[in-house]
Amino acid sequence: MTLYLVLFIFLAVLMIAAAIYSVVQKDLLYATLGTSIISLILSVFFYLLQAPDVALTEAAIGVALTTIIFVITIRNTERYEEDYHKKRNVKSPLK
Amino acid sequence: MDITTHTLLTIGFYGSSISLILIGLYAALVKKSLLKIIIGMSIVDSGINLLLVSLGYLNGGTAPIFSPTVQDTLTKTAKAVDPVPQALVLTAIVIGFAVTAVALSLIIRLYRHHKTVSIDEIKNLKW
Amino acid sequence: MKKVLVLFLLIAIGYYLVDVFSVIPFGADRIPEGNVRDFYLEKTVTDLNVPNTVTSIVVNFRGFDTLGEVTVLFLAASVLGSILYRRRSHDEEKAVLLPSSKIVASGSRLLFAPILLLGAYVFIHGHLTPGGGFQGGVIIATGFLLMLLAYKDYKVKHSIIMWVESLAGVTFAGIGLVGLIMGKMFLENFLPLGETMNNLFSGGVIPIIYIAVGFKVGSELTGLLYTLLNEKGE
Repeated sequence: MTLYLVLFIFLAVLMIAAAIYSVVQKDLLYATLGTSIISLILSVFFYLLQAPDVALTEAAIGVALTTIIFVITIRNTERYEEDYHKKRNVKSPLK
Repeated sequence: MDITTHTLLTIGFYGSSISLILIGLYAALVKKSLLKIIIGMSIVDSGINLLLVSLGYLNGGTAPIFSPTVQDTLTKTAKAVDPVPQALVLTAIVIGFAVTAVALSLIIRLYRHHKTVSIDEIKNLKW
Repeated sequence: MKKVLVLFLLIAIGYYLVDVFSVIPFGADRIPEGNVRDFYLEKTVTDLNVPNTVTSIVVNFRGFDTLGEVTVLFLAASVLGSILYRRRSHDEEKAVLLPSSKIVASGSRLLFAPILLLGAYVFIHGHLTPGGGFQGGVIIATGFLLMLLAYKDYKVKHSIIMWVESLAGVTFAGIGLVGLIMGKMFLENFLPLGETMNNLFSGGVIPIIYIAVGFKVGSELTGLLYTLLNEKGE
């Protein structure tokens, strides 16, 4: 078990954990951060698979541009999902 | 390389990409907020791209970039990784981003009119 | 009820995917001699004299798909601009952005020029090192995004973006047509290839096409982000 293999297993588990987190989380800003973590680890995987062009493209588009257009959309619509207020009996500070 | 490393690598790359596809599909089918559905679609795109690139890998291969001294050896003795899936995935990543951008602009426009992003509330087909 | 059905569907899809991909061995040489991979690896050195194989596939051997991809990006930017269109008759105010601190403002202005330089380096040397038109264009758009977020009233002239984008797109299609006029195929290599391999001026039309693609993608994504940021949140 070399060091690269341990690092690879750790990164793969972290990527799937970030995917599950971004699906379950009801605060949409944190879900967007989960997507950008997935893109970052995916860029490292592309480098490990000896594909430097694809790693550059995924790092530039997936991390920078996709996150910013999600954040701009959240700013123009709602930040929380609807179940966030119903289940926790929390009054929304916005409305 | 030995058998445990090989099985770990196989399970790692194929398993994580198939898991990403399934997690993204679950988010796109079950969730009620439109923004969650688009996040799910973006995760499915990432999973498919990882699956395509990991099909072209060779054991002990190197990146498909030449240099003036090792021109001939990359095809004959030392193997180079398959460059065709990388060219396909390059296009696929850019097109995935374009589709996400257009979908998000449609969500902004819908919110301007209906004041909600839940698909249960938006019932009429024509505004 | 819906969740149970969705779980059944996902289990079925997952079972079939695992069934297909467990037979394909990871990393083994599965294809016999005379396949597409060896063909492209050899032809890049003998025919084109270009080090980066992925660039030569994307621009030269399968250049028509790159033309389609540039068209899809252009369609996405123009559709986004037309969906979010708002008649500017009653109010001219932009979206309200919070003012940023002094560190962000001065640091962005310092970092703007090196980011543009990095983006230009990546798409000019696309045929020698990993990189290319799309990567360099996205890096340039990230530099403009930094300036747009740091300063509240940073304006980018819309006419300049429009002219740069149109001229770059016309250059790409025009080079293809020149190759057609010269009696060969569309997007054929008609400029002379260099003698040595790692020279900047080598590879025929490949650097020119990538420079055009870099300009086009950079200006297009800047226009897209500018349209999105000007959306007045209510």
